Amino acid sequence: MSIQEFLIPLLAASVIAGTPILYAALGELITERAGIINLGVEGIMLVGAVSGFMMAVTSGNPWYGLLASMLAGGALALIHAFLTITLRANQVVSGLALTIFGTGLSGYLGKEYIGIPVPKPFEVIPLGPLGDIPFIGPILFQHDALVYISYILVVAIWYFMFHTRPGLNLRALGENPAAMDALGLNVFYLRYIYVVVGGALGGIGGAYLSLAYAPSWLENMTAGRGWIAVALVIFALWNPWRALMGAYLFGGIDALGFRLQVLGIQMSPFFLKMLPYLFTVLILVFVVARQKGRLTAPGALGLSYDREER
Amino acid sequence: MNFKRRSAIFITLLVSLLLVISGCGAKTPTAAPAPADAGKEKIKVAFVYVGPVGDAGWSYAHDQGRKYLIEKMPQVETTIIESVPEGADSERVITQLAEKGNKIIFTTSFGYMDPTINVAKKYPDVTFMHNSGYKTADNVGTYFGRMYQARYLTGIVAGKTTKTNTIGYVAAMPIPEVIRGINAFTQGVRSVNPQAKVKVVWTNTWYDPAAEKDAAKSLLTNGADVIAQHQDTPGPMQAAEEAGKYGIGYNMDMSKMAPKAVLTSAVWNWGPYYVKTVESVINKTWKNDQYWGAMSEGLVDIAPYGPMVTDDTKKLVADAKDKIISGKWDVFSGPVKDQSGAVKVPEGQVMSDKDMLSFNWFVEGVDGTIPK
Repeated sequence: MSIQEFLIPLLAASVIAGTPILYAALGELITERAGIINLGVEGIMLVGAVSGFMMAVTSGNPWYGLLASMLAGGALALIHAFLTITLRANQVVSGLALTIFGTGLSGYLGKEYIGIPVPKPFEVIPLGPLGDIPFIGPILFQHDALVYISYILVVAIWYFMFHTRPGLNLRALGENPAAMDALGLNVFYLRYIYVVVGGALGGIGGAYLSLAYAPSWLENMTAGRGWIAVALVIFALWNPWRALMGAYLFGGIDALGFRLQVLGIQMSPFFLKMLPYLFTVLILVFVVARQKGRLTAPGALGLSYDREER
Repeated sequence: MNFKRRSAIFITLLVSLLLVISGCGAKTPTAAPAPADAGKEKIKVAFVYVGPVGDAGWSYAHDQGRKYLIEKMPQVETTIIESVPEGADSERVITQLAEKGNKIIFTTSFGYMDPTINVAKKYPDVTFMHNSGYKTADNVGTYFGRMYQARYLTGIVAGKTTKTNTIGYVAAMPIPEVIRGINAFTQGVRSVNPQAKVKVVWTNTWYDPAAEKDAAKSLLTNGADVIAQHQDTPGPMQAAEEAGKYGIGYNMDMSKMAPKAVLTSAVWNWGPYYVKTVESVINKTWKNDQYWGAMSEGLVDIAPYGPMVTDDTKKLVADAKDKIISGKWDVFSGPVKDQSGAVKVPEGQVMSDKDMLSFNWFVEGVDGTIPK
């Protein structure tokens, strides 16, 4: 087997495996940039997966399913927003509760939908001439529509965050909400929006699993990908491009393990499962060491904003 | 600043929410008593599941068995508790079920073994049945099924279907149960196609549809044209369907999820056994056996064939099935060779149950290694 025959399917599989993590991580990235930590990603993904699936089965159209998953993910994130922004509850506790709640809720909602196929899942659409480019084409441009949308989304989020005024405001929101408030921006309103948008993206991450990756509904089908997404945001140092690369790296670990096994090379699966978190820890150590103790996390991340507090 | 008070309120709400959620796990599905059974005495039977009934796999198969039980014996009233973690927590759940007056309790996962034994000591009047373990007591029996017999039959189908002589096997965890399945499957494949190899990839998951699908893909892009699996999700079957290749499902009939790919599935059928056990308790003929049910008792079987399976293949399977059911021959009747070609079970001998239950080597024809 030539090196190309090994690499192309491996890298193409990494892109697919990375896409659900990428959507969820982009959502979490926006949320954290606004200063709110949301550990409910796993629950949001599950609820997104089940509601997307239910809608796709009922309507026969995966795009309606996608819409439903965004609404459901956004609705769940709205609970988090209310608890943490309005009630100023502990963000970690609220997020964990959301994961438990989302897991239970998705199982309850999906009872009747287990073991039935999606009439029309998202299918592979090679992108014409782009898909024919040697090497790059089969890796990047022979996937389903949601993968292509994720490429656009990364560019859009990067441009928005670093090249527009609302994007600057978003970053400032996570650094120093009091200053934003003094400038006359509505901190509460903006944070609500970004948390809900983040949840909607998490919902898509779940729907990618139930409508494109392995089109079916099974309880707990995310199998911990929400947590990998949370780690990925830190790994990416809150930057969408690095989130993209990290998602494919994390997604590619499983794919690599399987393909090495086919070639007769045995790697400990426990070691492989550990790698995403190990990478994240290493990046943190590296960054902290280089910047003499200053991490690039948003300054006000995890802190409730209270106008009356001095 | 009223942060403290708010967080206190919030945590109270959170705790009550958790209580509500955990309480949701227990349900009491009861069958309406048929008029003819009005005279019969009610009996309460409980089931403890390790996963959600909706896992479409292991716990689902047990719950199908429970449904069969209440259909056949309307005087039975069942309680199920889903997603009970193995270990100390399960002891509390089992105790609660015994306390509530259940007369028979089925604990359906290996990790409930010690908790079941512990609770059984305190409730001598209750009959406990532990699934897939090896410890018994006066009021505790064990039960499991010879799934390897069904796997052998599916191996015949795979061996007759493959064109590339490479069959992929998406394996779950490196434990004797899974290894036994791979070996039995390979024996089936080689009985009709001695050229074929069974290539193994481990996922180390029971339940991750996306990863399991990807593992199947890695086999499909490397020459496999039939995929077998041991996990509880249809991921590998979907990979086969998308690649235009074939698959062999597990736990339940998986043809609905991949109609063009699934040749057949190796399936559990607990229902008749549950009926028999409950009847034996009522008639006071129950014994604390270690039951390892065979295909002859209907505990394991294969699902209906897909349309692509030829009559020739069906005939071969039917013959092998008769041979197994007759009891004169079993899957690991000698000669059985290991991967190096060394004879492990000589001609004329049959592998003992003890050896089968501790399988830690692959038979000839398996292409793969067992992670240590």
